[in-house]
Amino acid sequence: MPSLNVNGTMRDYDADPDTPLLWVLREQLGLTGTKYGCGVAQCGACTVHIDGANTRSCVRPVSSVSPSMKVVTIEGLAPGGSHPLQKAWVALDVPQCGYCQSGMIMAAAGLLREAPRPTDQQIDQAMTNICRCGTYNRVRAAIHLASGQVRTAAIDIVHPDRSTT
Amino acid sequence: MSAVVDDRVVRISRREFIGSLAAGAFVLGFPLRGVAQQSPPPFLPQPSSGTPELTAWVVVKPDDTVIVRVARSEMGQGSLTGLAQLVAEELDCDWSKVTTEYPTPGENLARKRVWGNYSTGGSRGIRESNEYVRRGGAVARAMLVQAAANGWQVPASECRAAKSVITHGPSGRTVTYGQVAAAAAKLQPPTDVVLKDPKDWTIAGKRLARLDTVDKTTGAQKYGSDLVFPGMLNAAIVDCPVFGGTVKSFDASAVASRPGVKHVLRVGDSGVAVLAETWWQAKKAVEALPVEWDFGEHANASSAAFADVLKAGLDADDAVVGNASGVKTLADMRASLAAAPRRIEAVYSYPHQNHATMETMNAVARWTPERCEVWTPTQNGEAALAATAEAAGLPIAQCEVYKQLLGGGFGRRGAVHDWVRQAVDLAKQVPGTHVKLLWSREEDMVHGRYHPVTQCKFSAGVDAQGNVTAFHMRISGQSILASVAPENIKEGKDPVVFQGLNPPGPEASIGYGFPALLIDHAMRNPHVPPGFWRGVNLNQNTLYLECFVDELAHATKQDPLAFRQKLLTKSPKHLAVLNMAAERGGWGKPAPKGVYRGLAQTMGFGSYVAACAEVSVSDDGVLKVHRIVAATDPGHAVNPQQIEAQVEGSFVYGLSAALFGECTVKDGRIEQRNFNTYRVLALHEMPAVETIIMPSGGFWGGVGEPTIAVAAPAVLNAVFAATGKRIRELPVKNHSLKRA
Repeated sequence: MPSLNVNGTMRDYDADPDTPLLWVLREQLGLTGTKYGCGVAQCGACTVHIDGANTRSCVRPVSSVSPSMKVVTIEGLAPGGSHPLQKAWVALDVPQCGYCQSGMIMAAAGLLREAPRPTDQQIDQAMTNICRCGTYNRVRAAIHLASGQVRTAAIDIVHPDRSTT
Repeated sequence: MSAVVDDRVVRISRREFIGSLAAGAFVLGFPLRGVAQQSPPPFLPQPSSGTPELTAWVVVKPDDTVIVRVARSEMGQGSLTGLAQLVAEELDCDWSKVTTEYPTPGENLARKRVWGNYSTGGSRGIRESNEYVRRGGAVARAMLVQAAANGWQVPASECRAAKSVITHGPSGRTVTYGQVAAAAAKLQPPTDVVLKDPKDWTIAGKRLARLDTVDKTTGAQKYGSDLVFPGMLNAAIVDCPVFGGTVKSFDASAVASRPGVKHVLRVGDSGVAVLAETWWQAKKAVEALPVEWDFGEHANASSAAFADVLKAGLDADDAVVGNASGVKTLADMRASLAAAPRRIEAVYSYPHQNHATMETMNAVARWTPERCEVWTPTQNGEAALAATAEAAGLPIAQCEVYKQLLGGGFGRRGAVHDWVRQAVDLAKQVPGTHVKLLWSREEDMVHGRYHPVTQCKFSAGVDAQGNVTAFHMRISGQSILASVAPENIKEGKDPVVFQGLNPPGPEASIGYGFPALLIDHAMRNPHVPPGFWRGVNLNQNTLYLECFVDELAHATKQDPLAFRQKLLTKSPKHLAVLNMAAERGGWGKPAPKGVYRGLAQTMGFGSYVAACAEVSVSDDGVLKVHRIVAATDPGHAVNPQQIEAQVEGSFVYGLSAALFGECTVKDGRIEQRNFNTYRVLALHEMPAVETIIMPSGGFWGGVGEPTIAVAAPAVLNAVFAATGKRIRELPVKNHSLKRA
């Protein structure tokens, strides 16, 4: 039975070789954080990392992912949602419906690996994921926050742990 | 009950029943293999069973956890948090202990609709339920205080409550809500509670973080399409690409031996589905399935043919009046226009558009002869329940719907539950098995409920001083209600057509005062089914009106702001947001080199909104929207940081529509099948947005939709300022902005 290295664990799967990685992750390995949006690599909701590189898993045949390649999904990005991007996302209440946000965060994490302090232009080029609710400006602000380019959140939001109410 | 039942789909479901018997469902038997099996996931409702409720809205557990029940659906707009804030405000509880749950539509029916309306659309979530949910919190607080007072044997008037703690003033004794909740639940609810003045709010009105963010950043959040049940089969469907067409035949044997395939089933008279172990197997199989269609009477329909029909409606005599003042009839208006020294005319048009929610339509259904259950993302749980019962052929009391978080709604998941009917129809053919139906993106694109298609003709009479003496706005085109709720069409009039154009009133009125005004509608309904599309008819009505008013200002050599101000003297709230957007947007002041400004204002969904957009257009015609300043008066602002999120999101939705949004029809079917042919706004195209929230009190307006309507006209008026080109046919992508 073929296997994949996903989030640091070897996982067996049983699927036809041309099955996209997305559907093996979602339907065989139970990793539903990675989403189906378009199936043609247009929207980025299915973004995962393969050996650190952003990959749109909806068009990546699972048979082309060898057991030696390291696949990381949103569930394995950082323990307990502790990645700086995840923290920034929470600090700025970025998600609305949230459906595209796994892909957004994974795409942003891939960007930060390439450019730890990305410019707006680099963010423009890298972040081609589609969001229909319209979170783009908070996505940009959260990437800047996570990359340490701004000290404080650009948006004033009261969180329960520092609530003054 | 008020659930909207789509007459057209009801007819199909009746035929479905006959079809499933007569067509001979093709059934295959394979053992399940290799599919991840999980126990049913935790659904959004956190089980509050075991702890008695205080009111329908509030449960307080012994550990002080407060469960606020929310009837409206959460689809990203944030009203789950906003409604909880309103309840918690009146409850005076500790906000950090608040959690939420959805009561099911079945429970609501069983309890005589104690939670009221489940419909989540029209930016109604907060504005139409704020009063009764706040009362639910206030009554619960009074019961908790009374229970504490009873325990201390003191008058309740000597006790006060704050942050889930009740204090007896004279003695200083305290008790927590959780400690008295059980006793409080046994008390008779008071009927004389007084709600707080919003100026005293400490939880509502604050920029609180949403309650539902963390799981959306870790992949833990479950959506309908993520659900898994033991033994569940996955379904992929192909419905006739031409609306109104039917299945003639299909050759199930061609795909029967494909891996994982279990059943090939007819869905109603227009669709075929494959049920397989995994969805990917089902999708591949249904794509390979040979199907012969009868495309029906609309097989040759096209957008060009619709456009001709709509164009004829622009001058037709059969229009229904939506708003008239100073004149009574079309003949009066024509006479007023004829008498004017100068006449200015223009024709605009707006295309079909798909909602394109990021999560495609989906539902899990399980049917037995005794019961039918559905798990689905829906904007209206009660309508989903009605559709379930109808399709299941069971009494509604034997059905239930479990609402899931929506991966986008925008109106697609509210009025018509076509995908629920399909899922139930499939489940009925495999009794006892959970069936998860998930639409492919392609299926979602070609089986939408589209933004209605309309054209609009303006005729304005202008005197020598540049004053408008007569103003005729003729809308020709599609009615949503004629398709979705025809029982609401009275004397040929669809009132929703006139959104933003109505006489003075609390919902969606035109602000401009003209000496003679006539706004009328010639209804023309092409076969493409329309639906409520975020912003609905306010979108194109505001685009038409605000661009043409801009045209009038330029044609009469008046400043577009001053021209509007003159027409808004009797509409102070419209004027206030316009003035604010103009001032903060820098109207009348020098703009950066190459940058031009445009204005727009409107009223809809109970709120007043305006925008000032800054754009540049390069010599080779590339449009860049740099910045938009938006002002909103929603009466009361329950969570300002979420209103800002809604305003920003509205510009993404509105600019997607203005720049790219177009579904065209050829050979009776929608041509755009995925995001590569149906472009939407990308992050790099998103302007900076500055949101000014200016709640003036005394009314409750919605915030999820109205701002969408000002996005396109503010930008197009700025494009005119930059290029001298007036775009009257949407979307912008079909026009060249190159300098001549």
